[in-house]
Amino acid sequence: MRVLVAMSGGVDSSVAAHLLHRDGHEVVGVTLRLWGGPADRGCCSVADVDDARRVADRIGVDHHVFDFAEAFETHVVAPYVADHVAGRTPNPCIECNRHVKFDLLVARAAALGFDAVATGHHARVVVRPDGTRRVGRGLDPAKDQSYVLHMLTGHVLDRLVFPVGDRTKADVRAIAAAAGLRTAAKPDSQDVCFIAGDGGRRTFLGERIPLRPARIVDLDGVEVGSVEAVQLVTLGQRRGLGLAGAAAGRYVVDVDVAGATVVVGPPEATLVREVVLGDPVWADGPPADGERVLVQCSAHGRVAVARVAHHPGAVALRWEEPQRRVAPGQSVVCYDADAPDEVLGGGTAR
Amino acid sequence: MTRTAAAETVYLDWSATAPLRPEAAQAWQRWATHVGNPSGSHRDARTARRVLDDARDTFAELLGCDPGAVVFTSGGTEADDLAVQGVLDAAAPGAFAVCSAVEHHAVLDPVLARGGMTVPVDRDGVVRPDVLAEGLRSAAAAGPVAVVSILAVNNETGVRQPVEDLVAVVREHAPGAVVHVDAVAAFCWTDVARTTASADLVTVSAHKFGGPQGVGVLVVRDGVRLAARLVGGTQERGRRAGTPNVAGIAAAAAAASATAADRTDTVARVEGLRDRLAAGVLAVPGVVPTLGPTAERVAGTLHVCVRGVDSEPLLFLLDEGGVRASAGSSCQSGARRRSHVVDAMGVDPDLGRGALRFSLGHGTTTADCDRAVEVFAAAVDRLREVAP
Repeated sequence: MRVLVAMSGGVDSSVAAHLLHRDGHEVVGVTLRLWGGPADRGCCSVADVDDARRVADRIGVDHHVFDFAEAFETHVVAPYVADHVAGRTPNPCIECNRHVKFDLLVARAAALGFDAVATGHHARVVVRPDGTRRVGRGLDPAKDQSYVLHMLTGHVLDRLVFPVGDRTKADVRAIAAAAGLRTAAKPDSQDVCFIAGDGGRRTFLGERIPLRPARIVDLDGVEVGSVEAVQLVTLGQRRGLGLAGAAAGRYVVDVDVAGATVVVGPPEATLVREVVLGDPVWADGPPADGERVLVQCSAHGRVAVARVAHHPGAVALRWEEPQRRVAPGQSVVCYDADAPDEVLGGGTAR
Repeated sequence: MTRTAAAETVYLDWSATAPLRPEAAQAWQRWATHVGNPSGSHRDARTARRVLDDARDTFAELLGCDPGAVVFTSGGTEADDLAVQGVLDAAAPGAFAVCSAVEHHAVLDPVLARGGMTVPVDRDGVVRPDVLAEGLRSAAAAGPVAVVSILAVNNETGVRQPVEDLVAVVREHAPGAVVHVDAVAAFCWTDVARTTASADLVTVSAHKFGGPQGVGVLVVRDGVRLAARLVGGTQERGRRAGTPNVAGIAAAAAAASATAADRTDTVARVEGLRDRLAAGVLAVPGVVPTLGPTAERVAGTLHVCVRGVDSEPLLFLLDEGGVRASAGSSCQSGARRRSHVVDAMGVDPDLGRGALRFSLGHGTTTADCDRAVEVFAAAVDRLREVAP
């Protein structure tokens, strides 16, 4: 098989390329240049391109760099900023997967005559008895990335390989070390790749939008504090609000960017019965009304049980037990109750 | 690697770097093993000094200057930087630099970093003398212009600037300014001594004409006030510190002599090959020449834009088919970078995505051109078929 391996310069994709090459596949590595900004770190810095290139050299495969910076700006960075303006909490890594890695890259690989695309994600492609495919959880529960890949369906999954999905992280590092790959001990990437560690989200957004101060009120509308930047407040947030006295320990239950108001309340005020999914994507069609599903609302969050509820023009999930409200913009991912490692699909919390 | 290693390769990226000429390889081998620092006083040092000064004489003759005007550098970029920033460093505070919008980054970046300004170009990427005059008039209002830099031949498109006319404009409208001509992409194809005779500073780079990478020359004519950028020694008459790369410089001089010796024949022959390549490439539907029919261009460059095709996957398929070409500009990571030259020319951004440069040299053959056309046509077909 001729495989294009997306090599980020991290250990997982290094080992993915190594394993495919070792198994006799014709491998070409590619690193995506996504971001030309000052944040020389994360998944698209020159240092990471160097790591990917040198790993490819070590393995003995060709390596290219594709410039997807324009698409990244359009589909990831701009919506990330717009979401903050709208008071949502975006997950840019998921949008990058959706629009860049598993859309543009897969299409380009096909155009260039590759049979498949591989990445270093800790996930599996599950082939169902009827031949259809779903994303499955990676073997290592601490590293499972099925949540961020929930949008993958049908024809894309047919062309995807996750060579490290059935290995633990420790196993991956051991393979890298044994193969002499320079990324063997490289720390895992953290946070958002286009945001520099020193300035953080505040600096990044502050350069693009006017950050607005807001007052913090309790459920009765009594002002209990203030924040410097309402756009940086996330629903469900507890820390970093500077609240003291009786208000300390309250959770954010509502963020009104336009009205420059953050509402806080006790833990029980954050609980809801239902979450509505925006732009849902399903591997084998939407689950039936009333179907019981397992739901995960963050990358390594705990799973809760819900039932699918088809509303006019929308799909919602009704929790069996009330759950904390999911911050709008976060992905809500459903797993099969009968096969808890398999992703049915998901959407973005409204 | 079965499909990615084509049996035969066609090298059409001479503008990026040219193959080492045999004369250069020979000179390098002769002097790389010689032990002697040209700044020293013993016999072996004096031998190295002689090799260096022979090379200096060669460049002086080929570039039309006194031997004392030849400053060896580590390459074209350093020479460009020395020209722009060296003049600014020696100029009165507040003085700045002016260049065209299509300069190589080696000029453009220092000009802009030091608060300079650019003048626009026409649809062919040419600086029109009246536009430069206008630019210098408005620059004069902002402060003294210390240096004006002109790219004799554009490295991406191969278009030629009317250097003599532009120098005359500078003399008239900014008489206090030093004129630097970046002739890096010009030396293979034009008699630089003649075309840059009126300039104060001239840059060439050895690896573009079959010398080794890592050797450049800045011609600094008498009377030009220039501060060294590297100051840790008195080499090159205090204009560029550091032990010179003697073997590399000897090789560069050998390559320069060989290039100049067969320049007339090479230009005529390569022009014919370029036209043959152009005919084949432009016959593919949706391929448009970047330069207009009247643009004056050098023999070795064919720049086109491929409508509806992104140059990045196109270069991938060309490479796979054994054809080495370029999008004209790239960044450190190796990714293709949007070209400021194509942008400055006002090429439609969608069309500019498909920018592609084939560049030829004295070693290019008819078979190279025919093979390139074949691989190019198939690659464009394939990308049109599968990608929107």
